[in-house]
Amino acid sequence: MQASSKVLPSQRVKVSRGEIHVIKERCKQCNLCIDFCPTQVLRESDEANEKGYHVPELVEEPEKGNTCVACGFCQVICPEYAIWIEARRDE
Amino acid sequence: MRKAVLTGKHFWYGNIAIAEGAIVAGCRFFAGYPITPASEIAEHISRRFPEIGGTFVQFEDELASIAAMLGASWAGAKSMTSTSGPGFSLMQENIGLGVMMEVPIVIVNVQRGAPSTGLPTLTAQGDVMQTKWGSHGSYEIIALSPDSPQEAFNLTIRCFNLAEKYRVPVILLTSETVGHSAGKVVVPPKDKIELVQRKKPKVPPEDYLPYKPDEDLIPPMACAGEGYAFTTTGLTHDEKGYPDTTAEAHEKLVRRLNDKIRRHLKDIVDVEEENMEDADIAVVSYGQVSRPARKAVGMAREDGIKAGSIKLITIWPFAEHVIHRWAKQVEYFVVPELNYGQIYLEVKREAAGEAKSLLIPRMGGKLITPTEIYREIKKVSEK
Amino acid sequence: MNEQTIAEDKLELHPIDKWLRSERMPHIWCPGCGIGPTLYAWIRALDRVGIPKEKVVYVSGIGCCGRGSGYLDVDGFHTTHGRAIPFAIGLKLVKPELCVNVISGDGDLFSIGGNHFIHACRRNVDLLVICTNNFIYGMTGGQLAPTTPLGDRSTTSPYGNIEPSFNTPHLADASGAVYVARWTSIHVRRLEKSIAEAMEMKGFRYIEVLSPCPVSYGRRNKLPEPDDIAEWFRQSSIIRNGANTSEVQIEKEKPLILGNFVKRVGKPTFYELMKKLEEKVRGR
Ligand SMILES: Cc1ncc(C[n+]2csc(CCOP(=O)(O)OP(=O)(O)O)c2C)c(N)n1
Ligand code: SF4
Ligand code: SF4
Ligand code: SF4
Ligand SMILES: [Mg+2]
Repeated sequence: MQASSKVLPSQRVKVSRGEIHVIKERCKQCNLCIDFCPTQVLRESDEANEKGYHVPELVEEPEKGNTCVACGFCQVICPEYAIWIEARRDE
Repeated sequence: MRKAVLTGKHFWYGNIAIAEGAIVAGCRFFAGYPITPASEIAEHISRRFPEIGGTFVQFEDELASIAAMLGASWAGAKSMTSTSGPGFSLMQENIGLGVMMEVPIVIVNVQRGAPSTGLPTLTAQGDVMQTKWGSHGSYEIIALSPDSPQEAFNLTIRCFNLAEKYRVPVILLTSETVGHSAGKVVVPPKDKIELVQRKKPKVPPEDYLPYKPDEDLIPPMACAGEGYAFTTTGLTHDEKGYPDTTAEAHEKLVRRLNDKIRRHLKDIVDVEEENMEDADIAVVSYGQVSRPARKAVGMAREDGIKAGSIKLITIWPFAEHVIHRWAKQVEYFVVPELNYGQIYLEVKREAAGEAKSLLIPRMGGKLITPTEIYREIKKVSEK
Repeated sequence: MNEQTIAEDKLELHPIDKWLRSERMPHIWCPGCGIGPTLYAWIRALDRVGIPKEKVVYVSGIGCCGRGSGYLDVDGFHTTHGRAIPFAIGLKLVKPELCVNVISGDGDLFSIGGNHFIHACRRNVDLLVICTNNFIYGMTGGQLAPTTPLGDRSTTSPYGNIEPSFNTPHLADASGAVYVARWTSIHVRRLEKSIAEAMEMKGFRYIEVLSPCPVSYGRRNKLPEPDDIAEWFRQSSIIRNGANTSEVQIEKEKPLILGNFVKRVGKPTFYELMKKLEEKVRGR
C-alpha cells in the first residue's frame, strides 16, 4: 500500500491541518521528530523498515487536544529528509 | 600599460621567461608562496597580472596555493604556481587530488639542492623521482625540463597545452641554474602561438557524466557555474563522479588515469637526438646538464669516438620507447645528472640486456662540466 | 485515534529533494547526526534568498561532513582534508558571480585547515563558511579534535581531554570575519535565518553549527542515544545575539551561548581590493 516514486516510496498520513509524509526507507529511528514535536503526536511504531528501523507514526488525540499543528518542525529537524508536512492551504 | 603577449626579442632570466610563457599560454590565475630560487616567477606575475587582468594571490603556504589552483581551474582559469623542493613536497597531496579529479594545472619546480632545506640558492636535479612518485598511489604525470630561458618559455606554453589536453597536473621541472641565467628569448606574434583549450561537454547537462571518457580516455570538462551540476571527489568514483569505493571501480578508474597518458606517449614525449645515427655511446641528459652533455659529445666526436646525445625534454612519462630503440644500437648509455641516480635508473631499466649504463652523479650545488662528461665517455669507449 | 489514509501512486518527495541527488539517499550519516538538518537549513536559506541552483557551489573537505558536497545537486567539490577554504578561494576569485560555500567539519576547518581559516578571515575573501562542530573527528572513529571540550573522552583521550578547545567564533572574529554566528542543528529555524542573513552579505562569513555526533562523540561521553546530544543542546542553550565572542567559549557544565554575534559592514573584500588595484595599475 505504498505510494510509488522514482526514489523511495513515501507514505502519506492525513491530519487535521494537512498531510504528513514519511519515506520509510530513509528513516533511521533517531526519534528526533518524536522528541521535538510540540504537540507530541508522533511515536515510534512497531513497523520496521528494511534496515530494521522503526519509523514514526502519528497518534492524534483530539479529545485531549493533541493534534498535529502542521508546524513542520519534524520536517526541518529530521536528519534523513524522511518526514515532511504539507500544510493545508486554506488554513 | 603592457600587453599580455610581448612579441619581440628579450633578454630574460629563465624565471622571467617562465612567467611570460605562462601569460602567453593564457594563465590568469597564480597562487604561490615565496621560496628561493623560484620567487622571481611570483614576483614577476604579481607585477604583470594587474596589467592584464589576472588573479595573483600570495597564499599562506604551498598547501593553500595548490588547492586554490585546483579550485581556479575548476572555475575555468588556466592556473599556475611556482615553487622549489620544500614547497613541492607540501604540494604532493593535492597533486594527487588533481590527478584523481583530472584538473589541468601547471606547477613550476625550480629545483635546488636537497634533501630538506639543503642548498636554497644552488642548483640540483634531485626531484625527478619525487615528480613521478611524490603523491601516494599509482599515477602518471607529465613533466618537462628546459635547459635555457628560451626553452623555459616554450615549454611553459607546452605545459599548459598538455595540462589542458590531458586534464592532468603538469610539472615544469627546471632548476636554479636555468632560473637564474639570462638569455635571449624570442616571443612570437600572438597568432603564431598554438594554444590548446580543455575539451568541453557537448551534451546537455541532464546527459552529462563528468567522468565518462571519450575514445581518447579523456572526459570533457564542465566548469563550476556552467549549469552542469556535477560533483567531484578525491575518492574513487564512477562516471557520475559519485564515490564508488569498490575494488572494481578502483581498478577501472586508476587504469584509465594511467592509460590516458601511457596511450599517448608519442604525442607527449619529446626528445632531441644529436649524432645518434652511428653512435656507440649515448649520453642521456635533461635540463641544464644537457648543455655540457652536448659539448662533451662534440669533444668525443673530435676524438673519433662515436658518441651521440639524447636530450630528454619530456621527463615524465619516461621516453622508454626511445631508450629501448637505441639500446639495440649503442653499447653504453652515459647518464650525467645532478643527483645520485634517478633518470639513470629508468635508462638502465630500459637498456637492460641490450646495453650498459653508467651514471655520472653530482649531488648538486654546481654543474657537471663538459670535460668531466667527456672523460667518462672516453673511459667507456676504451672498455 | 487518528484517521490514516495512505496515498497511492503519487510521486512523493521531500521538499529538499529538488536540491538533492535523491538516488544517493539514504546518506551515510548515522541516526541522529546533525549534518543532515544543517544542510537542510542551508538549502532553505538558499531558497529564501532566491539563489538559483546553477550559481551555487559547495566545497567541502574530508570527514563525515565533507561527504555532503556529493549529495546535493549543485556543483560540488569534495577536496582534501583541510583544504576546502583555499580551493574555494581559487574558484570564487575566478568566478566572483557564484555563491561559493564551504561546509565542513571542525577538525577539517580548525585543525589541519586552521591556518587557511584565519588567513581567509584576514583577507576577507568572499565566502560563506559553515562548520558542523561535533566536537570530534567523526569519520575516523572519534579521535580528539581541537574543539573537544576539556575533560571529554575520545579514542585518543581515553582518560579525558587535557587540551583547551578553540572558541571558533572568537577566532573568526579576531581574525576579521565580517559575519560570525553560532547555532545548533536543532535551532534549525534560527540557523536558516542566520545563513540567509549571511548569504546577503559580502566577505568572509562564518557560522558555527553545534552538531550532534551520537556515534563517535556521544557514546563516549554519556550521551549515547541518537537524541541525547540534541536534548543537551535544547536544555543548555541560551541565545545572546551580539554577545562578545570572547565570552562564548564552550564549557561542558556551562550554558551554550548561541546567537548572531558579529556583523561588520563596509569592509572591502579581497576581490574588490584586487579590482581597485588593477584599475590603478591600468590607469597609469
Ligand atoms: C591529510 C589527512 N590526514 C588524515 C586524514 C584522515 N581523516 C579523515 S576525516 C578526519 C577527521 C575529520 O574530522 P572533522 O573534520 O571534524 O569531520 P567529521 O568527520 O567530524 O565531520 C581525518 C583525521 C585524511 N583524510 N587526510
Ligand atoms: S508538523 Fe509539527 S505538530 Fe505536526 S507532527 Fe510534525 S512536529 Fe508534530
Ligand atoms: S527524525 Fe527522521 S529519521 Fe529520525 S525518527 Fe523521525 S523520521 Fe525517522
Ligand atoms: S560519526 Fe558522527 S558525525 Fe559522522 S555520520 Fe556518524 S553521527 Fe554524524
Ligand atoms: Mg568533527
